Amino acid sequence: MKELTLQEPKPILTVNKWKFIIWLFIVTIIMFFAAFTSAYLVRRAEGNWTDFQIPVIFWYSTAVLVVSSVFMHLSYLAAKKDEFLKLRTFISLTFGFGLLFLVMQYLGWLDLQSQGIFLKGNPSGSFYYVLTGLHGFHLVTGLVVLLYAFLAARKMAVHSKNMTQIEVCATYWHFLDILWVYLFLFLLFFR
Amino acid sequence: MSAVSVENVHTHDEHAHGEHHELGFIRKYIFSEDHKIIAKQYLISGIVWAVLGGLLSVIFRLQLGFPDMDMTWLKPLLGDWINESGKLDPNFYLALVTMHGTIMVFFVLTAGLSGTFSNFLIPLQIGARDMASGFMNMLSYWFFFASSVIMFISLFLKTGPAGGSWVIYPPLSALKEANPGSGDGMTLWLVAMALFIVSSLLGGINYVTTVINLRTKGMSMDKLPLTIWAFTFTAILGILSFPVLLSAALLLIFDRSFGTSFFLSDIYINGQALPNQGGSPILFQHLFWFLGHPEVYIVILPALGLTSEIIATNSRKPIFGYKAMIFSMAGIMFLAFIVWAHHMFVTGMNPFLGSVFMLLTLIIAVPSAVKGFNYITTLWKGNIIFTPAMLFAIGLVSFFVSGGLTGIILGNSALDIQLHDTYFVVAHFHLVMGSAAFFGMIAGVYHWFPKMYGKMMNSTLGYIHFWITFAGVYFVFFPMHYIGIAGFPRRYYQWSGFDTFSSYADLNAIITIAAILTFLAQGIFIFNFVYSIFKGKKATENPWKSNTLEWTTPVEPIHGNWPGEIPTVYRWPYDYSKPGASDDFIPQNVPFSATPESNLPEETELIKSEKEIEGIKFDTSIHD
Repeated sequence: MKELTLQEPKPILTVNKWKFIIWLFIVTIIMFFAAFTSAYLVRRAEGNWTDFQIPVIFWYSTAVLVVSSVFMHLSYLAAKKDEFLKLRTFISLTFGFGLLFLVMQYLGWLDLQSQGIFLKGNPSGSFYYVLTGLHGFHLVTGLVVLLYAFLAARKMAVHSKNMTQIEVCATYWHFLDILWVYLFLFLLFFR
Repeated sequence: MSAVSVENVHTHDEHAHGEHHELGFIRKYIFSEDHKIIAKQYLISGIVWAVLGGLLSVIFRLQLGFPDMDMTWLKPLLGDWINESGKLDPNFYLALVTMHGTIMVFFVLTAGLSGTFSNFLIPLQIGARDMASGFMNMLSYWFFFASSVIMFISLFLKTGPAGGSWVIYPPLSALKEANPGSGDGMTLWLVAMALFIVSSLLGGINYVTTVINLRTKGMSMDKLPLTIWAFTFTAILGILSFPVLLSAALLLIFDRSFGTSFFLSDIYINGQALPNQGGSPILFQHLFWFLGHPEVYIVILPALGLTSEIIATNSRKPIFGYKAMIFSMAGIMFLAFIVWAHHMFVTGMNPFLGSVFMLLTLIIAVPSAVKGFNYITTLWKGNIIFTPAMLFAIGLVSFFVSGGLTGIILGNSALDIQLHDTYFVVAHFHLVMGSAAFFGMIAGVYHWFPKMYGKMMNSTLGYIHFWITFAGVYFVFFPMHYIGIAGFPRRYYQWSGFDTFSSYADLNAIITIAAILTFLAQGIFIFNFVYSIFKGKKATENPWKSNTLEWTTPVEPIHGNWPGEIPTVYRWPYDYSKPGASDDFIPQNVPFSATPESNLPEETELIKSEKEIEGIKFDTSIHD
């Protein structure tokens, strides 16, 4: 050990491999949705595009998802300070709000159907269902990641010295949140 | 973010692998997380698929070369696909072409090539114990396996496998009525491809993460072998383009199974209008080719990387233009994403847009030519050793140049009006992408076989294999250029209705005979491969006197690759025939302080920083 202190090695910039993996995974999801939204724009530019009212509930569900992201951040802070009860509560709240979001998305679909917009029909409606549906699917995977984080928190495996899991989980959850906000605004402005 | 900790430094290597215990057969050879086993799994799956894909091409080549042939003798193999009069079923012909394309592009030259060599070489050449995530790596192979099984099952459906060509353009692929293969065959095709994409993404994410995060001490990015650069660029291409194919496939699935109209509009079947309104089939082509074009670079870049390594080693010369090679690969990678519409010049696109895509397409010739030039200048005045791997690598350069030249012709939107969908296109991409990537893969197998199995392959059989295949490939694809310029279209079951084209019947027959001989010659390789695994001559640790790190491992690398500490890297991988050095190669793990006789002035300067490199400690406190 002594010679090491004599000769200070240069720090190397590295990222934890799991964090790197989650970012690359996020890149693939971005490309996936970028493909859909650009297909949407190309198709929309060709005309023959049915206009419809976006159900109000999507505004509320957006708010719910943003709140869940806040809880996600609070659970991250709790883990950093080793406050385990808080950590578990906030992860559960994140999970609960995520679930609520999915229910509201489903209600939104019912609302669309009562307007006469179905999956079949003009691509403007089909795109709406496909984009919200695929985001919902990714959110389910986010819930699974949250569940793993919750189980790890119960086993006391998440604490200030071992933040990788909760950080990866938070990154993914915040991303899903931002992705929805993007999709929502996109679908709102390019109706 | 600093990953350096002075605590618990020495224990890492010994500790992590000291408690390693013997795994059972299933975990060791089947559900293995070891990158070397996974690489072999990919290689053997790839070889099996290659034989199947080649066999399919022989069957449709028989039809093309001898349209009037009685094929009753194929009945035991193909059953009802040979009809009463001994003719090949026209719909099955389309299915054969489709499956040949799909299998060769995705299962052989993507999974078989990238899967094998990225998995095998990345940890070994950058000095890592294994991939970033062994579990994801295992998952990647088994998703590929599941995808393979589904694609294979689709071959045996009563209505036949997918028949809409490997590009699966709707409405042909979207409507069951269009072609028997567009029914269940297409469904299975889409499911298999979705699984394949998942597998590719899991693999690609792992490759990039490993290269960025798990390099050994001293292995800075400017000391990476060109193979690793090529694999990294390939993985990035895959990560960015495969999700787009998945989105196209998903929308197609919705159109096929849920009645949406993303790609369908104004279609009448037997006078009846379909309910689908408002879709755009061209939209699918845009989405497909946004993957489809990068895909051809996913196929060729690893082969180019392997070739760089093999040519430098066997020319006993440093690679010419190391940085130029990296930048040209980066350039190819970047351009790959903005040229896709050159596949769509005749879809009625705006001619101005066509000119833009034409310009971008032709720019690709620049980095490609840089690479071709650098290979030839590396060979120039080298002490060339013609191992079978070297011959195949040179063969790749030959195909890359001769196939690339026709790319410049096809890239012109005006010329493409004449040449589109003719055999000229078939000849072009089979040379530049198909055969070149195939030769790169074979070269890689010959070169790294000693490290994979600890045995040498028989080189006499290798030479025979090379010369028959090399001559065979040119015999198959050169005549196709002439047929194509004359206007002979691709994807036609039979083209004997016009007398003008009957004059090309003899050329077609020659192509078929050459194709059959080339296909049979691959038997030599497979025999050599299997025989050498069991009965080959024992290999030494570094049979080709090569510089990269994989040759510092034991004859057959163990689990964890190096028995002791991972070697530290001090120099670039191409110190061959360095003036003053006693040997004609200096491996990457030899410090400059050990070679004062051959150091250049700037390298003598680097001796000072060697202590610093050795002092690097990776943070082991991060949990995996």
